This record gives sequence, C-alpha cells and structure tokens, in this order.
Amino acid sequence: MTDAVAQASVAQTAPDTMAWDSGLRRLMMIYLPLGCFVLILLFPFYWMAITSFKPNAELMNYREHNPFWISSPTLAHIKHLLFDTAYPRWLWTTMMVAIGSTTLSLVASTLAAYAIERLRFRGSPYVGLGIYLAYLVPPSILFIPLATVVVQFGLFDSPLALILVYPTFLVPFCTWLLIGYFKSIPYELEECALVDGATRLQILRRITLPLAVPGLISAGIFSFTLSWNEFIYALAFIQSGANKTVPVAILTELVTGDVYQWGALMAGSLLGSLPVAIFYSLFVDYYVSSLTGAVKE
Amino acid sequence: MSVTTLSSPILAQRQPNWLVRLFDYKPFLIVMCLAPAIGLLAVFLTYPLGLGIWLAFTDTTIGRKGEFIGLENFQYLFTDPLWWNAVFYSVLYTGIATFGKFALGFWLALLLNNHFPFKSLLRAIVLLPWIVPTVLSALAFWWIYDPQFSIISYLLVDVLHWRTSNVDFLGSPWPARFSLIAANIWRGIPFVAISLLAGLQTISPSLYEAAMLDGASSWQRFRYITFPMMMPILAIVMTFSIIFTFTDFQLVYAITRGGPVNSTHLLATLAFQRGIAGGELGEGAAIAVSMIPFLVFATLFSYFGLARRKWQQGEAND
Repeated sequence: MTDAVAQASVAQTAPDTMAWDSGLRRLMMIYLPLGCFVLILLFPFYWMAITSFKPNAELMNYREHNPFWISSPTLAHIKHLLFDTAYPRWLWTTMMVAIGSTTLSLVASTLAAYAIERLRFRGSPYVGLGIYLAYLVPPSILFIPLATVVVQFGLFDSPLALILVYPTFLVPFCTWLLIGYFKSIPYELEECALVDGATRLQILRRITLPLAVPGLISAGIFSFTLSWNEFIYALAFIQSGANKTVPVAILTELVTGDVYQWGALMAGSLLGSLPVAIFYSLFVDYYVSSLTGAVKE
Repeated sequence: MSVTTLSSPILAQRQPNWLVRLFDYKPFLIVMCLAPAIGLLAVFLTYPLGLGIWLAFTDTTIGRKGEFIGLENFQYLFTDPLWWNAVFYSVLYTGIATFGKFALGFWLALLLNNHFPFKSLLRAIVLLPWIVPTVLSALAFWWIYDPQFSIISYLLVDVLHWRTSNVDFLGSPWPARFSLIAANIWRGIPFVAISLLAGLQTISPSLYEAAMLDGASSWQRFRYITFPMMMPILAIVMTFSIIFTFTDFQLVYAITRGGPVNSTHLLATLAFQRGIAGGELGEGAAIAVSMIPFLVFATLFSYFGLARRKWQQGEAND
C-alpha cells in the first residue's frame, strides 16, 4: 500500500509517466475489483467447507460463535454421510457412469472426427456441422421423450441408461474439439505413411492418435466433468436410491423433513465436488484450452 | 535394395488378409468410423427430439399410450396462468442473468488480461464455480439464502446494522426470483470470463499501440478496438449462454423447486413437474416443445445481431 502511494507520488512528479502505470490507480482499477471477484466466486465454497466441519450447535448459533470460523471442528457430518447413508455407493455409481460415458464418447468421437477431418468425403463438412448443431439441443427439451425411450429399451432405473444417454451431449463437444486437434497435425505425416504402405487404421493408431494425445486428454477430462455434473437425466431416469448419482442423491435422499441437516448436506456437496476439483487442479491447462478451443472453433 | 526390404513384409502382410483390405477401403472405413457417433446421436438425440414433438400432440401419460389430440395441449397451455408465469420468468431470468454474466464476465476478462503475479493460479481459481456440479453449489446457495441462518442476513443485521430483520430470500416471489438470478450469474461468470479472455488474447497489441500513438483514451481503445474485435466470439459465447440459461433446470430445481407459490418456475422445471413428477408426458412434452421457438429466436438474434459486424469487416464467413 505504502509502496503504491509512493509510486503514485512519483507518477505525479514525473508528468512523462503515463497515468495507467501509477501504482495507486492500478490498485484501484485492477487489484481491488479482482479481489472482490475472487472473494465472491470462492465464498460459497468456503461456506460449504466450513459448514461441513461445524458441530450443529455452532451452525445454529451466530450470537456466541463467529460464523466465519469453527471453534470446535467435527467430523460428525462426514462420518454420518459415509457410514449412515449410501453415499459411498452413490460416489461409486457416479464414478462408473462418468468413466463409462467418457470412454464411449471418446471412442465414438475420435473415429467420427478422424473420418470428418482426415478421410474427407463429399459432404463431410455437413456431417461436422450436423454434429455441432446437436450440441445446441439442450437436455431440458429432450428429457421427457428420452425417458420414454429409456423405458422402451428396458433401461429405466439402470445406470447403463445414463452411460448411453450422456454421449448425446459429450460426442458433439468431443468431436468438435478433436476435429480442431486433427487439423493441427500436418497432413504430410499421413501421406508419408500412406506412401510407405500403411493402412488407414494403422495411420490412425500409430501417427494421428499419438499426436492428438493432448486433445484426447482435454476431451476426456471435459467429458468426465460434464457427466459427473449432469443432473436432469439422472433425476428423470433413476428411481431407486441405490442407483442414484451424487448430485441427484444429495438433493432427493439427504433433503428430508422440515429441518434440513445443513452439516450433512454441505459435507455431501463438498465430497461430491472434490473429485472434479482434484481432477481439475491436475489438468487446469487442458480445461482452459479445451474450453477456449471449443469456443474458438 | 533398401526399398525392397522395406516394402515386402508389408505387402506379404497385406495381400492375403481380406479384412485388412476391407478396412482400407475408404467408403467402408468412413461408414465404420461415423457409425458409433451418428448411431448414438440418432437413437438418443434425433429420435427423442422427433418423439418429443409427437408427444406434444398426444395425451400420453406414464403407463398409457396416448392418442393424437392435435393442438389441445397447446390450447390448454395458452389458458394456463402457470405456463405464462413460467414464460415470463424464463425470459426475465435469461435476460437479466445473461446481461449480468456478460457485463461482469467481460469486466473480469479485462482484469485478467493485465499482467500481475500468480495470474495462471488466479485464472484457475476463477473457473472453479463452473467446474463444480451445479446442484452442489446450488445447495450452498440454498444454505446461504436460509431464512434464519443466512450469512448475508447476519452480515447485514448483526455486523453492519443496515437492517433490523433477516432478509427473506426465498420466502416471497420477487426476492426468490432475484436470488435465483444472482446464483445463476455467479455460476455463469467464469465461463464467460475465460472464453472472452481467450478472445482478448488474440487481439494484436500493435492495434493498441497504433491507437495510443493517435492519442486514443483508454475508453476509446476499448470502444473502437477491443469491443469490435471481440464481436464474433461474443456472439458465439452469448448464443451458448442464452440457450443454456433459458433451458436451465438444476439451479431452480435445487433451490426453490419452482416455489414460492410457483413464482420461480422456469419452462424446464414446469415441464419436469408436469411431465415426470405428474406423469402427464404429453403436456410436459408440449411445455418442452414450447421452448423451441424462444430458443430459435434467441439464437438467431444473438448470432446474427452480433455476428453481422464480422461480415461488414470483410472477414471470412466461417
């Protein structure tokens, strides 16, 4: 702060320095709003975390305990969650569904992107556009007819239904992302391999895919996150408590009666967010590049 | 010499195996590669989309096959105040939330575009609300909006003494509507900010240098360089944002489930309540289908309204 003021006074004494570079102005125009943004964007998570470790007495008493801190942290809520509810089971189901649908959509969209971008047939841009348009169809329009389709297939109340349905929004995204990645791989590499007598599938396996690994990782982690977070399909297609995914189960199984157990609810939310948050922290750059890449394409 | 040694094993491998030859036949390979993706999308996206439109014209309920009843569902909806209420709130929700998200998100993107320490860490933190499952952060908001133990009420009443009574966030219609919009803006800022930041980074610094030499103020630099250059990406991000805000479901379902007195129903939550919870599949499908015209209109508006500038600049129309 004092440093900033000192810099500001320097800026005033030296008229040649542009106003933008003055420290005080920088503080007011950049750091202060940035600090507010970070504070507001992170506060719900802080609140979620702190609530999960607070004993119930502190949770409901702001007069004697400072609500922003925990006087006597407790693991009771998490213990309740892990041992008295089916929470581990829900986590497991969610994990399996996310892994299953991610694998399925990665395979399907890698092949599709390869066909559209590299095998180049008449009308391939239109197929690409069609797949892209599929991304614009929101799940809220589809869930009612999809529920009847799922019932027709005898998959109602089965996690398999979710594994098969999630690719409807994962495949368009992944295909579009991978088309972009395949575009960046020089075509000459494939021509060399063709001249050497490699088959198309050999080219895909030995040349294109190894070079597209960053794209595959981006598409994979993105799909995993999207299917972990999916809600409306899981809510509409799964009935029995044991087969629910974490977001649905917390909302429908843990919210009971008139007195909400905020400690357990927040602990459940925290634990349900952690896997994606950890995943995210490991692959931040891939997330950012896939998010922005998909938008730019 | 070397050529023969290289090619002969491949030839020997290729000639007898008809399967390998089949997979090297281009039309066959194209069909095989496209089959999984197109198959999945056809069965679980195109077919349900068509089925949904068909269901909207029938009186199907759960467990009973419906009959074609023409426009009856829609005629009923047009006389249903709850549907009009949901249309009103969906439009309001989309309008205010999109405006908020883009104003704040653009601001955040401009802030993040500066140079300061720990920039990449900060960018990573900013994206968190978008990564975490919406329902789970919505639960955190529900708790923050609690009538008795809301932390915002605590701040306003006990710390700052600005109010004498707790804020009733979700108990009456208008505060509940705006509370939900605030939560939606909170969740939407990161996506907008990070996407727009990527756009900002593609603007060549030499444009700003040229403008500064010409004596342009910082506002003029924003107005005549940043803003026009951002138009194409703004159009795409806004199209996405409008579509997914208008059809939002999770946030409202998690926090209010349409209450109090059905004042915060979006079309999607109303469709769920009638179609799945109430079992009236036909009517629910009609509500879902009634979203389509709004979506098409919003998409065309945001896309062509904003992207038109790009054509005027004479860039490729891609």
